[in-house]
Amino acid sequence: MSSLWLHPAFLLLLGAALLPLVPERLRKGWLLWVPLLVFGRTCLLSPMVFGEVQFLDWTLTFGRVDKLSLVFGYILSLMAVLGTLYGLHVRRVGEHVAAWTYAGASLGAIYAGDFLTLFLFWELMALSSVFLIWYRGRPGSLGAGYRYLLVHLAGGVALLAGILLHYQATHSLAFDTLDVANPTLATYLVMAGFLLNAAVPPLHAWLPDAYGEATFSGSVFLCAFTTKTAVYALCRGLPGLDLLVPLGVIMALYGVVYAVLENDCRRLLAYHIISQVGYMVAAVGLGDPGTPLGELAINGACAHAFAHILYKGLLFMGCGTVLHQTGESRFTHLGGLYARMPWTFVFTLIGGLSISAFPLFSGFVSKSMIVAAGFESHQLWVGFGLMLASSGTFLHTGLKVPYFIWFGERHASPAVWERARDPGWNMTAAMVITSALCVFIGCYTPYLYERLPFPVDYHPYTSYHLSETMQVLLFTALGFFLFRRYLVPEPTISLDLDWFYRRGGRAFLWLAQWPIRRLDEWVGERYRRGGLVPLMGVVGWVAQFDRRVIDGVVDGLAGALGRLAGRVRSTQRGSVQENLTLALVGVVLLILGLVLVF
Amino acid sequence: MKLVRLIEGSRQRPKLLVRVGLGVLALLVVIDAVPMLVDKEHAHTAAERWPGFWAVFGFVSCALIVFLSKAFGHAGIMKREEYYDE
Repeated sequence: MSSLWLHPAFLLLLGAALLPLVPERLRKGWLLWVPLLVFGRTCLLSPMVFGEVQFLDWTLTFGRVDKLSLVFGYILSLMAVLGTLYGLHVRRVGEHVAAWTYAGASLGAIYAGDFLTLFLFWELMALSSVFLIWYRGRPGSLGAGYRYLLVHLAGGVALLAGILLHYQATHSLAFDTLDVANPTLATYLVMAGFLLNAAVPPLHAWLPDAYGEATFSGSVFLCAFTTKTAVYALCRGLPGLDLLVPLGVIMALYGVVYAVLENDCRRLLAYHIISQVGYMVAAVGLGDPGTPLGELAINGACAHAFAHILYKGLLFMGCGTVLHQTGESRFTHLGGLYARMPWTFVFTLIGGLSISAFPLFSGFVSKSMIVAAGFESHQLWVGFGLMLASSGTFLHTGLKVPYFIWFGERHASPAVWERARDPGWNMTAAMVITSALCVFIGCYTPYLYERLPFPVDYHPYTSYHLSETMQVLLFTALGFFLFRRYLVPEPTISLDLDWFYRRGGRAFLWLAQWPIRRLDEWVGERYRRGGLVPLMGVVGWVAQFDRRVIDGVVDGLAGALGRLAGRVRSTQRGSVQENLTLALVGVVLLILGLVLVF
Repeated sequence: MKLVRLIEGSRQRPKLLVRVGLGVLALLVVIDAVPMLVDKEHAHTAAERWPGFWAVFGFVSCALIVFLSKAFGHAGIMKREEYYDE
């Protein structure tokens, strides 16, 4: 139990709990040091099991440390440092508390050794991260937050149901690899819970809805933790589940299609999270345990998650800076900003080149492992499908985002233009460090490869791979410059599957307003006519009866009694002696009568 | 601001940019065609051994993504920004 306090998740949660009590002049120091302490703690962890707690009949394991949880714990705690640094100047303490609780819960889920602990932290992630959306404070933020929360709670219920069925069948709560060769209802329910958090279509629409609406620094946290914790859970629980391969490829392409249509730069990035997580989901599907191909695939999923957390964080930092400085995130209200915020452009471009897997950038050494696993699985459509998505990734994140914000036609209003400038020191520092890491990972592969769960026998810098990648990317760039007038963003939003619950809510409201209210009115009218009106008639008749008959009888009796009393009164003269004598005679006669009878 | 001057300097020479760009593209395909430089032993399909296969793949992918997605979007998926507020 004593070792539990050295758990990275608990350190961060404790830091979050104490943050409101820290005096304002010490707050920035606290914000810098606590995540660094947590990151230091994750760096010092070595494979072991700690923090086991007896709860009712079960042993809860808070600290299961192995190679898989180490790599995810390392990168997520590093992201907590960078995300906090980026939002250091944010004055709302609550927002920092929410972000740290969210990051702490994510670390808790990573190190959880049993399903119950996993579920606990899984739900805490949803409940804390929703505040990062609500703090935006726009009219639409409240609704977006509630939609996010409801969708995640539904996923949590599926996960819990799966856990309970799994426990019933196996009498074990240990969070290990499920039997994917013989999937049961429990497997599918757990899978549904994981897939919802990984934003796999058709369970994905919450992601762009929420991440496009969150605060500028909240999105930097959101883009890192939820989906990657889900990728970890998939790597742990369902490696080699065949269904994940087609789902992953569909996901990778789905995000690309919607990114073409998107006008909001942060929603575009959100669709590219779906696309990139698609690579990881497909890799988990290819990750049959115990085979060399499976190990390559799981290594690929982990490596890509690692690289993705950094470059997607960087991209959200770049676009978040544009939003923070100008108040605008729509391409149709930006453009030509390179002279105003050149460094933000450079950092965003580095993120764009990393996600596009340019040689010497992080995506190149991670994404290619998954594509290689796809080709080596002899399912050519997987390899080619993922290459097609790579082209789309560069088209949007590497070209469309920088071009239509910093170049292209200038649509910025004078106010936006005036406000646009490179950000303060902390935001710049966060982007510099993250950019440096993206390049470092791409140039020095052992930094990433030595952290992966299995030994790596993969070399990304071969002549063929370089030639292949450069051709795909640069000819995509050619396509962009030839077709860019077709790619000019339009001031629209795109309907996605959230339409069903957003409009579905309206259908419910309409149902309440029209048919149900009509029915209510109709029933009310029937009741009035069939119930109230006859009842009122009966009541009226009873009142008449009461007035005429009963009152008449009572009044008549009273009158008769009055008249009788008047007559009796005339026989009385008021003498006590006569009355006593008469009473006495009466009593004597009564007693005599009784004696004679008996 | 050296960075801004660098960007503006290159923007003032669009013809040079286009020539350099096309030159790089041509060079890529040429390099791909020389077996000495690019070892295609590990290619997964026969088609990948054609010089410039991935160049064509990249360009066609880009065109497909742009036009199919836009067609999909204009088939009723793209709506006015106020769509959900009405």
